[in-house]
Amino acid sequence: MMATSIPWIILFAPLVAAGLILIFGKHSKPLSAGLAIAAAGICCVLSWWQFGQPDATTPNQFYWIHIPDLFSVPMGVTIDPLSKLMLVLVNTIAPIVFVYSLGYMAHEEGYWRYFAGLSLFLFSMLGIVMADNFLMMFIFWELVGVSSYILIGHYFWRDSAANASKQAFLVNRIGDFGFMLGILMLWLVTGTVVFNGIFEKIPLLESQGVYLTIACVLVFCGTIGKSAQLPLHVWLPNSMEGPTPVSSLLHAATMVAAGVYMLARFFPVLLVVPVAREVIAWVGGITCLVAALMATQQDDIKRILAYSTISQLGYMVLGVGVALTADIPMFHLYTHAFFKCLLFLCAGSVIVGMHHEQNIWKMGALKNKMPFTFICTIFGALALSGAGFGPIGFSGFYSKDLIIVWAVQNAPILGWIAVVTAGLTAFYTFRLLFVVFLGGPRSDAAKHATESPAVMVIPLMLLAIPAMAAGWPFVERIFFHVEEPRHVPHLVHLVLFALFLAGTGLAWVLYRRAEKDPISIPLFANRFYIDNGYAWLVKTFQDGLASLSGWADRWVVDLLVVQAPSKLTWVCGYVLRFLQLGNIQAYAFFFGAGVVGLLYLLIAR
Amino acid sequence: MSPLLFLILLPIVGALLAIAGFPARRVAIAAAAANVALSAGLLFSFDFTASGYQLVTSCPVVPSLGIAFTLGADGLSLAMLLLSTVVTLAAVCVARPPQTNSAWFYTCLLFISAGAIGAFASVDAFFFYMFHELALVPTFLLIGIWGSGDRQTAAWKITIYLAFGSFILLIGLIGLWLAMPVGSRSFDMRVIADQARQGALFLNDTSLVLPWGWGTIHGVQVTYLLLFLGFGILVSLFPFHTWAPQAYASAPAPAAMLHAGVLKKFGLYGILRLITPVFPPEIASQFNTFLLVLLVGNILYVGLVTISQRKLDLMLGYSSVMHMGYIFLGLLAWNEIGLTGASLMLIAHGLSIAALFALCGELRERTGTLDFSDLGGLAKPMPALGLLFGFATMASIGLPGFANFAGEVMVFFGAFSAGVPAATGFNAFQITTVIALWGVVISAVYMLRAYRRIFMGPVPERWQSLADIGTGPRLCIIALIILLLIAGFYPQLLINTIAPALIRL
Repeated sequence: MMATSIPWIILFAPLVAAGLILIFGKHSKPLSAGLAIAAAGICCVLSWWQFGQPDATTPNQFYWIHIPDLFSVPMGVTIDPLSKLMLVLVNTIAPIVFVYSLGYMAHEEGYWRYFAGLSLFLFSMLGIVMADNFLMMFIFWELVGVSSYILIGHYFWRDSAANASKQAFLVNRIGDFGFMLGILMLWLVTGTVVFNGIFEKIPLLESQGVYLTIACVLVFCGTIGKSAQLPLHVWLPNSMEGPTPVSSLLHAATMVAAGVYMLARFFPVLLVVPVAREVIAWVGGITCLVAALMATQQDDIKRILAYSTISQLGYMVLGVGVALTADIPMFHLYTHAFFKCLLFLCAGSVIVGMHHEQNIWKMGALKNKMPFTFICTIFGALALSGAGFGPIGFSGFYSKDLIIVWAVQNAPILGWIAVVTAGLTAFYTFRLLFVVFLGGPRSDAAKHATESPAVMVIPLMLLAIPAMAAGWPFVERIFFHVEEPRHVPHLVHLVLFALFLAGTGLAWVLYRRAEKDPISIPLFANRFYIDNGYAWLVKTFQDGLASLSGWADRWVVDLLVVQAPSKLTWVCGYVLRFLQLGNIQAYAFFFGAGVVGLLYLLIAR
Repeated sequence: MSPLLFLILLPIVGALLAIAGFPARRVAIAAAAANVALSAGLLFSFDFTASGYQLVTSCPVVPSLGIAFTLGADGLSLAMLLLSTVVTLAAVCVARPPQTNSAWFYTCLLFISAGAIGAFASVDAFFFYMFHELALVPTFLLIGIWGSGDRQTAAWKITIYLAFGSFILLIGLIGLWLAMPVGSRSFDMRVIADQARQGALFLNDTSLVLPWGWGTIHGVQVTYLLLFLGFGILVSLFPFHTWAPQAYASAPAPAAMLHAGVLKKFGLYGILRLITPVFPPEIASQFNTFLLVLLVGNILYVGLVTISQRKLDLMLGYSSVMHMGYIFLGLLAWNEIGLTGASLMLIAHGLSIAALFALCGELRERTGTLDFSDLGGLAKPMPALGLLFGFATMASIGLPGFANFAGEVMVFFGAFSAGVPAATGFNAFQITTVIALWGVVISAVYMLRAYRRIFMGPVPERWQSLADIGTGPRLCIIALIILLLIAGFYPQLLINTIAPALIRL
């Protein structure tokens, strides 16, 4: 009894915290933060406890909607290696970010709103992780979307933040359109939305051919939206309008990974649909290259990291497409969560030290003023760029190289794209590091920057450890069973190491002492003009069509359907006026005739 | 004496007292609150496991025509009655007494409530119809007298449209009555459904040969269309929808709440009572393509029109027209999932649109303008109003956790599995479902755009010291939202209540 209710406590503790903050938190900053951190702490402890427990499927069966024989949506939790891993991951990073927020948000408005949003987010994310059926996952999927809307729009009085939060929600909804349709299509064939029920019907699904492929690609649309893959990636860089801890937890470490997690959950079906996996692999591969190219020319510290996140998510999606077990992409998801969270928190520390300046060309020489942040950033950068050779390296080295070798084996073109991207990753990561921390100070703020308070620096150090060590084989074996494909050309590892050195070296040469960016590629800086393309599309098509409809409704539908008959009635009335005899008997006659006629209609048939 | 009669009489007594000179606002609130308590009390005396009408009282009025004043409630009507009383209470609470004739103002509101309650508590189709007509008169008066903007035009438009719809509906009702065998003709909805089940309806059906080789059309088909279109016009089925946005924009907030939230549901409720249990699916399916096209008009076309709106009140009016499309889809799906989903949406939409119109009215009180270009950043001076509007917005766009989502999901699943599966590709229902799913994106576009324009961004100078929402309205809207959340977190609660009524269909 006790053991089966633990997952529910983990799930609902943050929701209770969010509700209490909403009701009581307005008047007390410590209460808001305390409630949120307490809930996250409980989740953390219980998740680690749960990690040691045996697997269990749906220990507590409860129906959200139940129409016997036709349609039922249970609310059940799945406890299997996949969800246990995610529980531990999310609930370890979340408390660290929550505590860090104490320092980062100390002087900000809307403290209660912020912590309520974070708690709501945690609740939603845990719901996605533990859902045992598609519809429950979809429910929490949308809730993650709304908590992200709340948090991105935290500074809602700024136009940029207001637009970004709206855009994030809408772009996600477009992805969810496909997701829901995919769920509907799978349900129509299998008659269930429960994951295990669908897996049992895989032979039946296989016989559906193209139908199944379309359904899987539609489900993947959900990932495209949530995990910011091309072409729905535009919201993620804009979401950097939110407070930095939010960017760190939601838009880098956990929430955006939900799309990959969903694919991993759905993996048994994907395995039998090669065409869908090919689509997935191509989307992932192209995203990882294009986003890395965009990242090389950004000037905002958070945006560089945002494009880097898109690129890394691209790796994970590529992994889903090419690997034979879901553990391969999940391994990268797990290491990425630590080092990207670390990098964002470092960026937050820099931003606070710089009095909310985010342009890297206004920074410089921060290595002496912010030594702890500097060292932690180095750890993050090494992990992100996959530093390592032979058996030893930082966490990203193990997980990213694994995806790359699988890709090289199963989809060579994409594999070599991924290899090249690894070099780009090293380049843009160290570009950021060198510009921000080396060289000379490029503004007054950089001259007077100070190290952040302990409440912010300690979380950085805590995260630096897994950023380095999370991928070490003996750590990895606790969580995963990953293996390399059989025939990997040794060349791949050599090329990857060479590219790492080349990328880092190029960044060293170009940016160590640069006063402004020595290279300028407008195509990358302007993000391949995709954002402008969308703006044009929305303005021309959506708004154009809407205006046209608005016009039609006023002048066609209204005029033809209402005004015309009413004018006709008026004409009839005008004609009938000649029947107005002004004579009581006549009216009585007409009235009587009408009544008789009606009665005749009713009775005498 | 049935407690349902008290439910109808209480608002009427309240209205009479208000006219008699008692303090109108207090009397109205007291009557509405008593009604909420009474309808909540019904929950305890109600047997949720039984199917069929309960608490039935009957009094023959015109026995020769089979007209009797019969009241009764099953799970579906009970849910509608609760919706009516709750929204009524919210409406009279948020209502600001007008400068002139405030007693009559509240009287009109209470009469709408009495009419709606009477319609939902009626088992007799004739009184069902009459009560709705009774409620329409005060609606016209409220818009015409206490409305804003171009209120005369709006009032006339809604009058013409709804009178037209009611007229078609009446002919349909008479057609249905005539279809029964002579001697057992009745307006009692139980009798109608029973006869339909036994196949006694339309036994010796007349048919008409259409000119120009259009084939023959049977009485049963004509009756079906008349009833569906009649009810449809009352619920702003495309293309008969242009009255709604204008009327809601001009109406005082409580009138818009009562009409959009409660009274408009009459048409959909009527379809559940007089069409789905009565007509064989083969007849209905002949018109599916035609009706699906109309409801796609509601979702897609009206959705786009909603995006193009520049004022909040009109936008909300159009959005409510758009959401009717989903309910029609659930009804046309004609299966248990779809019908249940549609019924859930009836309740959910009633609560959420009432909250939105209430908040819209509060905004109008404060700013005097609802034009997006004049507003902005209002969450800063009015955080509570902004938060509540945010909740209502999220409910309206079908965010999980609110009842609207549960209803929409069931409508989608119901519609996706409806109709005859196509040999290859999708059938008409499935294509419509895809479009309806895209409608979810559209509704997010206009609602979030409105929220962004009104509540987010920098605050213009002149709005910096607006007063936040008062305690009374705030509590009312919180109550509506809590109800939406309860039904959204655990929709099975409502489904268990409603399903027996639908299974009987």
